[in-house]
Amino acid sequence: MRKLLERLAAGDVLVADGAMGTMLMERGLQAGQPPESFNLEHIDVLEEIGREYLSAGADIIQTNTFGASRLKLSQYSLEKQVAEINKNAVLAVKRAVAERAYVSGSCGPTGKFLKPYGDIEPQEMVDVFREQIGALVDAGVDIICIETMIDLQEATYAIKGARRISSSIPVMATMTFDHTPKGFYTVMGVGIEEAAKGLEIAGADVVGSNCGNGIENMILIAKEFKQYTKLPVIIQSNAGKPELEGDRAVYPETPDFMAVKARELISLGVSIIGGCCGTTPAHIRALRKAVDSSRD
Amino acid sequence: MDLLQDISLALQEGNCEKIEVLVRQALSAQVFPKDVLDRGLIAGMNVIGEKYKNHEIFLPEVLLAAKAMYKGMDVLKPLFLKSGIPTLGRVVIGTVQGDIHDIGKNLVAIMLRGAGFDVLDLGKDVPAEKFVEVAVKEEARVIGMSALLTTTMSAMKEVVERLKKRGLDGKIKTIIGGAPVSADYARHIGADAYGYDSVNAVEWIRKLTAQS
Repeated sequence: MRKLLERLAAGDVLVADGAMGTMLMERGLQAGQPPESFNLEHIDVLEEIGREYLSAGADIIQTNTFGASRLKLSQYSLEKQVAEINKNAVLAVKRAVAERAYVSGSCGPTGKFLKPYGDIEPQEMVDVFREQIGALVDAGVDIICIETMIDLQEATYAIKGARRISSSIPVMATMTFDHTPKGFYTVMGVGIEEAAKGLEIAGADVVGSNCGNGIENMILIAKEFKQYTKLPVIIQSNAGKPELEGDRAVYPETPDFMAVKARELISLGVSIIGGCCGTTPAHIRALRKAVDSSRD
Repeated sequence: MDLLQDISLALQEGNCEKIEVLVRQALSAQVFPKDVLDRGLIAGMNVIGEKYKNHEIFLPEVLLAAKAMYKGMDVLKPLFLKSGIPTLGRVVIGTVQGDIHDIGKNLVAIMLRGAGFDVLDLGKDVPAEKFVEVAVKEEARVIGMSALLTTTMSAMKEVVERLKKRGLDGKIKTIIGGAPVSADYARHIGADAYGYDSVNAVEWIRKLTAQS
């Protein structure tokens, strides 16, 4: 496989995979159970999901390790199993893709605030990410994906944690924005310009946004990212905002709708397009088609 | 008079040290503790709430202001020992069972306390029966429930149904919030209100407690 960053520099557009949580729920994940518990008990399920996204045409498959930092896992008393939980997830995806796609190590927020807003010291934050990312890299991921960040400082420490582990591994970093009347801001008040520049300075190779928005808002977000950074941009959109059908939440954006809109992302120069909450292998298949047809 | 204004400003800046000094100063200048609370701390939090609602400030500023507010309240508490800090009523809140996401719920607790409510925060992953049990025992007027996950929001329905079963619907009001829920969902499960953000939740709880 050619190196990810070379392909992006050459102008290739890549497709990333879709949601993990909903796929796990369909396969027995209960409310209140951490998704990462599957990394200890149902590794075969992770492999199966990886295969599904691979056959849908994803170039990048993420590991089920979004909440696999010790700070997050401690909420479920699993903090002593960081190494095993991360390793098992990586090996499952590696088996599923067998070098046909990049394995991306997912790394989400710790759920804790840094001082002075919360209790976490900067050094602890770096250590927490270094521990998780170390486990991901040891197990053989091709990429680190720091995602769904709302605090630029925490994202920066995560990127630093990754860089302490490896100076060469590609690091993607994405933040989640809310649409306010004054523009797009994270919950912690980080705007897109600040995010794009801050993540780049921190040492990310690919920057962008995931979660929080459907694809139409993501087009607006991508436009701004392209304005403020020369780095490749990644966009992983939700399938819209969940709507209620009785007691069930249903994501309204269809694969076809997202594929049509994805063409706008491609023409804006977005380098990696994938899905987040509510997207399925069908969405990724449609995005694959959109990306392939844009080359013709 | 200016001292109260200064307390409000120090709170808005999230300056804990300054708050402590100013509150003590106010008290030794014979300002009524109730005035320090209402026209200093709560007045400051009202400004914070308003600015947050208008996206002029974000979560970090609110968290710092809350720390300052708690600092100020700690100084006041001993003076209200007999009667307790005067409140607009007691609210039990928590994130529902199966959900450990508590940023939104914590923010509502901050805004409620900042508005002068007495908040019993049950934390996260709170079973339905616990919401009801504590609300009854502690004579709360409102139960506030939060969920971030689409899979856990149905737990809110159970709380509403348990209240109904015990004949407490109408007596103990319910309000829900969180990314996956909506006013429609509140109606659907029979909750009394839906707060679309923390400030809106406080506005609703004011209305709900004024009715009963």
